[in-house]
Amino acid sequence: MSTVALRPAAARSPLWIVVWALPIAVVLTVLPLVLDSYRTIQLAYGLIFAIAGLGFNLLLGYTGLLSFGHSAYFGVGAYTVAFMVKYLHVQSMELFVLGTIAAALLVTVIFGYVCVRYTRIFFSILTLALSQVLWSLAFKFFWVTGGTDGLRVPTPKLLGIATGANEDKIHFLSHGYYYYVLVIFIACVSVMWLIVHSPFGKALQAIRDNETRARFVGIRIRSYRFVAFLVSGVFTAIAGALWVPLNGLTTPDALVWTFSGEIVFMSVLGGFRNFTGPIVGAVVYNYLKDFAVGFTVYWQTLMGVVLVVLVLVLPTGIVGTAKLLTATMRRRFAR
Amino acid sequence: MDILLIHLFNALLYASVLFLIAGGLSLIYGVMRIVNLAHGNLFALGAFITASAVGQWFAGSTSAWLYLLLPLGAIGAAAIGAILEPTLLRPFYRRPEEYQLLVTFGVLMILEDVMRFVWGPYPVSATTLFEKMGSMAIGDWIYPRYNLLVIAIGGLAALFLWAFIYRTNFGILLRATSQDMRRASALGVNVNLVYVEAFTIGCFMAGLGGAIIVPSQSAVLGMGVDALVLSFIVVVVGGLGSLEGALVGAIIVGLLRETAISLFPELELAVLYLIAAIVLLVRPAGLFGRAT
Repeated sequence: MSTVALRPAAARSPLWIVVWALPIAVVLTVLPLVLDSYRTIQLAYGLIFAIAGLGFNLLLGYTGLLSFGHSAYFGVGAYTVAFMVKYLHVQSMELFVLGTIAAALLVTVIFGYVCVRYTRIFFSILTLALSQVLWSLAFKFFWVTGGTDGLRVPTPKLLGIATGANEDKIHFLSHGYYYYVLVIFIACVSVMWLIVHSPFGKALQAIRDNETRARFVGIRIRSYRFVAFLVSGVFTAIAGALWVPLNGLTTPDALVWTFSGEIVFMSVLGGFRNFTGPIVGAVVYNYLKDFAVGFTVYWQTLMGVVLVVLVLVLPTGIVGTAKLLTATMRRRFAR
Repeated sequence: MDILLIHLFNALLYASVLFLIAGGLSLIYGVMRIVNLAHGNLFALGAFITASAVGQWFAGSTSAWLYLLLPLGAIGAAAIGAILEPTLLRPFYRRPEEYQLLVTFGVLMILEDVMRFVWGPYPVSATTLFEKMGSMAIGDWIYPRYNLLVIAIGGLAALFLWAFIYRTNFGILLRATSQDMRRASALGVNVNLVYVEAFTIGCFMAGLGGAIIVPSQSAVLGMGVDALVLSFIVVVVGGLGSLEGALVGAIIVGLLRETAISLFPELELAVLYLIAAIVLLVRPAGLFGRAT
């Protein structure tokens, strides 16, 4: 097992990453020219959920805290944008993202202060309960939030240019907006990569693996967890902000706890012990759900079966399994 | 004064159903350290089974028979539980908690659709039982008698459960397994059997909760997910794994909700979640929980 775990670490040189990441970025850039607009928009959804998954996985995969309330931050992002449109008449996407980061910081500071005192199941339940507070507020204060009808969000201005105004909305979403999402996605992936490979990220992993030892080494466990919580929430909120214009509408469904479950699902599908796991998981999950919903009204069963089989048979997820397979192949060829 | 009594009854009504759900959840956690996210769906399943038994399958029977059909939902939920534990949950006891939560989340999704498949998207109701009992006068107000029956069943269930766990041999085995599974196993307790039985009892209670509430409401899709989150609040307030805690937690939540509804209805749910968060802050293990 240890040889398998060590190999990727040794191979993780900067050059190796460029070799891997560049072709993927190129493919993602070219895809809208090849795919029809529906598929492109699905891909944009996938990339957005990937940002949410990246944020979520900083807690689960790197800090060892399972949050069952990440819909809260996704919803904070979505509702911040909707409120900015409704009450401040803002149209600029850049301002949306900045506003979302500010709002998400405010919420995560409060929630994080409460939550990081606990680990394991109590952390999960506490995050779930707090996310449900937000859900119930969005649900009940219908004169502010629109209740279950939600709030409509029109096409935003990108980089100060009202590209969407005289353009077909579908065309805008599958071209201009897709590339906007792609750029932010790449930025988020790069920032998260730097975070998890920084001394801070290593400290989080030390906490995950052995809390007591980490404390003896001198790591201030609670403040590290707190900062991880903030970063994680902000990433997921950015995903929420990007999601709203694509969806055109935000409802309390973006805050409900089963959506948190879906974020967990994505990360496990891809494999939460890998950096790329949640990214792959989110894109695959989105296609899988799209397929299942189109295929049958009982799509939840299909997803449920996938989840149960996944945790029973492939607990390391898609990326983990693929890595294991390539390692086995490599050893066989080396012989 | 009378209006206060009615509020009290309403609170107790809510509390007895919540106790049945949360008590089962807590029992399962206490014995096997698993938080069953699908627990709310077993409550919903009990509601659907009883509703269709009373309202559709045996709708023509005399009312005495119909009352005897009431526990059918509980038995159905227990049967599902007895199948679920050995097949899906058992492989996960040695795995990290994340996987246990995830597998029960998968079961939640599947059960939700099973109910959609069997009963369709429309509510199923069994109001005959509720109507047949009529109502009674409390001062100037009238109050349905059926609600009092629900409160009585909730109280009786709590009593039976207490007697079962603290006064029977099986209860001793259950508590021994809960305290130290390995030692109990070494002393000859069939731990797997205890697990199946505990899980089945937990599901029976959830199903009973659904069965007794359904004549006054209706069985609708999604009721399980809502119930689960509310019972989380109860077990967090009372302490995960403690039955006394579930009882006290259910009463606290019932009273709080009733107060919140009559004073500031918009905050009904938010108040409950906030209470759970505050209790976790002040007493992480809950009011009756043991620190682990």
